[in-house]
Amino acid sequence: MSIKNMTKEKNWSGQTMVSTDYLLFEAPREKHFMTGSEVLKEAMKRCTVDASVSYPITPQSEAAHLIGELWAEGYVGTYFRGENEFGVMSEVAGCAMAGARTVTTTSGPGTLRAMENFPMWSGTRIPCQLVLMARGINSPLTIQPDNLEVSFLLETGCMIWYAENVQELFDMSIAAFTVAEMPDVHVPIITAVDGFFVSHTRESVMLPADDIALFPYNPYKAPLPPIDSEMPPGRFLRDPFVMKSNYISYATHASWQWEVRSAVDRSRPYAKHFLNGLAHVTGDQDAEIVFVACGTASHQAKEANRELTKMGIKSKVVKLRTIRPFPHAELLEATKSAKYIFVPEFNIVGWLEKEVTQSLYGKSEAKVIGRPRVAGGMSMPVEAILKEVLENVEKGA
Amino acid sequence: MSVDIYKINPEFRDIMPKEILDLEDNATWDGEKRGINDLTDKKEILEEHSLCAGCPEAAALRYILASLPTPSETVIVNSTGCTSLMFPHIALHTVHSLFGNQNAVASGIKRVLDWRFPDKTKDVVVLAGDGATIDIGLDYTLQSFFRQEKITTICFDNEVYANTGGQESGSTPKGQVFKMAPKGKVFDKVPMWELAVTSGCQYSVKLTASAPKSVAKVVREAILIAREMGPSYIHLYTPCILEIGLDANEGLWEMKEQDKDRFVSFKYVSPEAEEYLKNCKKEGIL
Repeated sequence: MSIKNMTKEKNWSGQTMVSTDYLLFEAPREKHFMTGSEVLKEAMKRCTVDASVSYPITPQSEAAHLIGELWAEGYVGTYFRGENEFGVMSEVAGCAMAGARTVTTTSGPGTLRAMENFPMWSGTRIPCQLVLMARGINSPLTIQPDNLEVSFLLETGCMIWYAENVQELFDMSIAAFTVAEMPDVHVPIITAVDGFFVSHTRESVMLPADDIALFPYNPYKAPLPPIDSEMPPGRFLRDPFVMKSNYISYATHASWQWEVRSAVDRSRPYAKHFLNGLAHVTGDQDAEIVFVACGTASHQAKEANRELTKMGIKSKVVKLRTIRPFPHAELLEATKSAKYIFVPEFNIVGWLEKEVTQSLYGKSEAKVIGRPRVAGGMSMPVEAILKEVLENVEKGA
Repeated sequence: MSVDIYKINPEFRDIMPKEILDLEDNATWDGEKRGINDLTDKKEILEEHSLCAGCPEAAALRYILASLPTPSETVIVNSTGCTSLMFPHIALHTVHSLFGNQNAVASGIKRVLDWRFPDKTKDVVVLAGDGATIDIGLDYTLQSFFRQEKITTICFDNEVYANTGGQESGSTPKGQVFKMAPKGKVFDKVPMWELAVTSGCQYSVKLTASAPKSVAKVVREAILIAREMGPSYIHLYTPCILEIGLDANEGLWEMKEQDKDRFVSFKYVSPEAEEYLKNCKKEGIL
C-alpha cells in the first residue's frame, strides 16, 4: 500500500472519496450489530486515516487493535504501538504536525499519564482525534466505567464531544475529523464515550457501505504550516514563546491561548450541522423537570423520562452532544420551562453539574440538582433517578 | 520541495531583512558539496542566537547545522532547556513540544514523512540537552532506539540543568556539587552512549565539540546511517561555562581537557553500518 495509489476519485485503499455530508447524511445505510470498539473500526475505515499510534489499556484496547488491523488491511497509512500514553500522545502530535490525519484512543489512567500533551496539542493547533473510552482513575485500582477523567480535559483547549451509544460514536468520530480540520477551527478533538457501556456493548447500528471514505486531510489548508519541509518555515513555528525578554512573550502567549479557545468556539456552526445540533432534546417541551446529561447518563435519563410519563409526570431530557464548546444557548433555551434540573452523572465530582450551574448562573431560576451521581463502576438504575426526582420535587412542592 | 521554499518572491526583495535575503543568496543547501568549511564565508542557517557569550553549545550547533547533508529536507526536533532558546533562530522546520518527548515527536514526524513522501529523503534530527535526553526523556529516547526509528539523536551534554540554574542531572559526574546535590552527586554519570548501543543504535559516538571537523564528520555519518539503517546517536560534550565557573573564552580549553578524560573518544558502528559507510565513501556522498 502506498499513498501513491491515490487518484482523484479513489483513496490509497481504493475507496471512492465522498463528502462528509454524503457519508453522514446521504449514503444508503444497512443495519449491523456491533460493539463500540468494532464500530470505531468501521468509522476509521471510512476516514482515509494517515496515522494512528496505540497503547493497551482497558477498555479501549480492542478499538486500538482494530485500528491496527485497518493498517494491516491497507486502510491506515502508518500505525505502531507506542511506549506509554505520554509517548503515544507525543507521537500522535508528531504525526499530525507532519501533516497526517491522526487518531488514537485511550482510557482513564492513560489519559492522566498523557495529560501534559493535550494543551500542547491544542497550542500546536493540530486537528488530531482522541477517542476516549472513559474509565475510572486510580487509586484504588479500577477498570470500571466512570467519567471523572473528562473533568481533567475540560480546560486543555481541545474540543470535547460526547457520544451516547454505538451509533453516535460512529457518526461523531467521522464528523470529528471534518470539524477539527476546518481551517478556522483546526484544534484537536476528543470524542468521548463511557467505557464498557459503549465500547463493549453490542447494539444495532446503521452503517453506509465501506467502499466510500472521506477525502484525505489537506495539511496545506492549515492555519500553521505542516512540519514537512515543503513550505517556508516560520521563525516561531510552533515554538513556545519562552524567549524571555527577546520577544513580547507574555502578550503573545496570552493571545495564543485566547485564539485556541476562540477556535474551539468557531467550531459551533460546523458541529451544529454535522451533529444535528449541539444538544438533543426529548420528552415534554413544557416540562418543569429537566434532565441535563451526556453519554450513558442521558440514556438512563431517557428511561426515567419514560417511567415518569407512565406516572403522569412531565419531564424532558437535554442531552449535551458537545462539552467543548459548551452549548450555552441550547441549554438555556431547552431549560426555559424548568423548575428542577437534574444532572445524573457517572463520576464522584459532578463536573457536568458544575458546568450546567455555571452556564445558567443569573439566567435561570431553576434549581440545579447534581444527582443521582454514581462512580467507580456503579450502575445508574432508573429507580435511582426516579427516587431523586420524586424526593426533590415533593420537597420543593 | 527542496531549496525553492527558501526563495523570496521578487516583489518583496526590497523589504526583506538582509539575513533572509542572505539565506537565498549565500547559504548552502542541497545538491552541492556543503560542509563545515562554509562557516567562514557562507550564510549560516542559524541567525544570531540568545545563548551566553562563548557558550560551546552555540558553537556546536553551528557546526551541526553546517554539516547537515540536506538542510532543506531536514526537520529538527528539540526540547526544553538552553537549546530551546536557539531553535527559533534557525531557518529550518523545528519543533519544540514538551520537555523530554522529543524522540516520540520525532518518531511520529519521521513515520509520517516516510508515508507522505515515499520518493523523497527527509531527515529528522533530534537535538536536546542531557536532562531531556537522559533524565526526563530517557524512556522516549531508548524506546525510539528499540523501535529502530530512522532518526538521528544528538545530545548536547553539559552535565547540568543549566537553563534552570545549575542543578545536578543524570549526566553530572559523580561527586560534583551542584544545586539539588549540595553534598555532591552520589551516583555515576549515566553512560548514555553505551545505552544507545545496547538499545539498538546502529551508530553511537561520544566526543566533545573541541574539533569542528570531527563533529562535522560524525554528524554526516550519523544522518546517512539514520536514513538507511536505523537510529544513530551522538553524545556531544558542550560544557556550561557559566555553571562550572569558566570565562567566555575558556570553553574550548575545557573541551580539550575532557577529550582526554570523561569524553575520551567512544565510537560504535554496527557491522552493517560500517559496510554502508564504506559504500557512501565509494559513491562520494561521504
